[in-house]
Amino acid sequence: MANALPKPVQRLINEFARLPGIGPKSAARLTFYLLRVGDEQALELADALRDLVERTRFCSVCFNITEADPCELCSDPNRDDHLLCVVEEPLDVLAIERSRAFHGRYHVLHGAISPVEGVGPEDLRIEELLARVAQNRLQEIILATNPTLEGESTALYLQRRLGDAVPKLTRLARGLPVGGDLEYTDEITLGRALEGRQEL
Amino acid sequence: MTRERTFRSEAIVLKRSDFGEADRLLTLFSREQGKLKAIAKGARKPQSRKTGHVELFMRSNFLFAKGHDLDIITQVEMVEAYAALRADLVRTTYASYAVELLDRFTVEHDKHLGLYQLLADALGWFAADEEMLLPARYYELRLLSLTGFQPQLFTCVSCAETIAEQDQFFSAELGGVLCPKCQTADRRAQPITAVALKVLRFLQTRPYDAVKQLHLRRPVHTELEHIMHTYLTHILERNLKSVDFLHRLRQEARP
Repeated sequence: MANALPKPVQRLINEFARLPGIGPKSAARLTFYLLRVGDEQALELADALRDLVERTRFCSVCFNITEADPCELCSDPNRDDHLLCVVEEPLDVLAIERSRAFHGRYHVLHGAISPVEGVGPEDLRIEELLARVAQNRLQEIILATNPTLEGESTALYLQRRLGDAVPKLTRLARGLPVGGDLEYTDEITLGRALEGRQEL
Repeated sequence: MTRERTFRSEAIVLKRSDFGEADRLLTLFSREQGKLKAIAKGARKPQSRKTGHVELFMRSNFLFAKGHDLDIITQVEMVEAYAALRADLVRTTYASYAVELLDRFTVEHDKHLGLYQLLADALGWFAADEEMLLPARYYELRLLSLTGFQPQLFTCVSCAETIAEQDQFFSAELGGVLCPKCQTADRRAQPITAVALKVLRFLQTRPYDAVKQLHLRRPVHTELEHIMHTYLTHILERNLKSVDFLHRLRQEARP
């Protein structure tokens, strides 16, 4: 059977279908939506994609995604140079920024150590972190990797490598989420919440 | 015939990956149904009631709802967290190794109570024992026996003569020990010392409580590890990620 779809349409469907979470049906739906919605919106999407590729890069200091190098967070003179927060992904920087509770600098590892998946330290921006620590007078490094097995493994590894290179090495507290329920909390989280309890 | 729409089982989390907006796709090894894949909806949100119960290596009680493709986890409660596995990178790596091996040697929906018990025990050993090498070798040998790849250690794989207590050869291809006379049956067979062979036989036939009492010298451990890894990669026809990782850790630990 001959393919009833013109080549450009099929090509876009194929491209959409490569995105995570999008199956062939959704890909076709998105493509036909763009065909119908008019040239302007479709071209804007194309422009946005081109911009994304051409105008973003990794910040040479913190390895966050940025337009200007060094990134805004690294070049902001109002942030504390003595505090460094290490995160797994660029989206984690956004999450911490939203909390408005941290005013230091960041370092993005781009992943976490995973023996199961075969992701080792050399696959992450760890050497860059060590170099950064050696060059700067830091007072504290906050390991803000996820409280998952991979995140914990990464924190343990970093603890080993950073050793005495910094006066204070901390890990984000683990405990109960706001709006959570004790009854449904697992023992590990509850245990950690008890350990980290605070005097009122 | 009506099909039950829900089922429950104790299971251990082998693998997990992100799925959709905030869900996790888990690969579990369950007591009742063997290996299976299921979705934990919303498990990436901190407020989720499932989050802390579906982490890697955890043994939990699950309630599943039958789905079209994938089953959906409706309730879960942790039975054993093996917390010590999370506090030490070497222990984490050995637990990863145990889980990776089991994953490679099993197919979905093939119930195997013996394997389930072995994995649960092994995670306990890796969490609690001081020494990782012996439990690792014991786990490998038991896993091989339970999955039908038990190496032949008491008679020569070529001539079937009883193996004498002397240095021999181990053939990954033929699946066991070759006596010196039959050494040429597999030119890639590697030498195995009488001591190492004795230990392998002991591990294959004795319960873990007895095995735990053994104290081996470093060269014997190295030899055993090499032989077992060669045999396992021969059967699986590929390298194990957690083994590569372990080697890297060891290399870095060297001054």
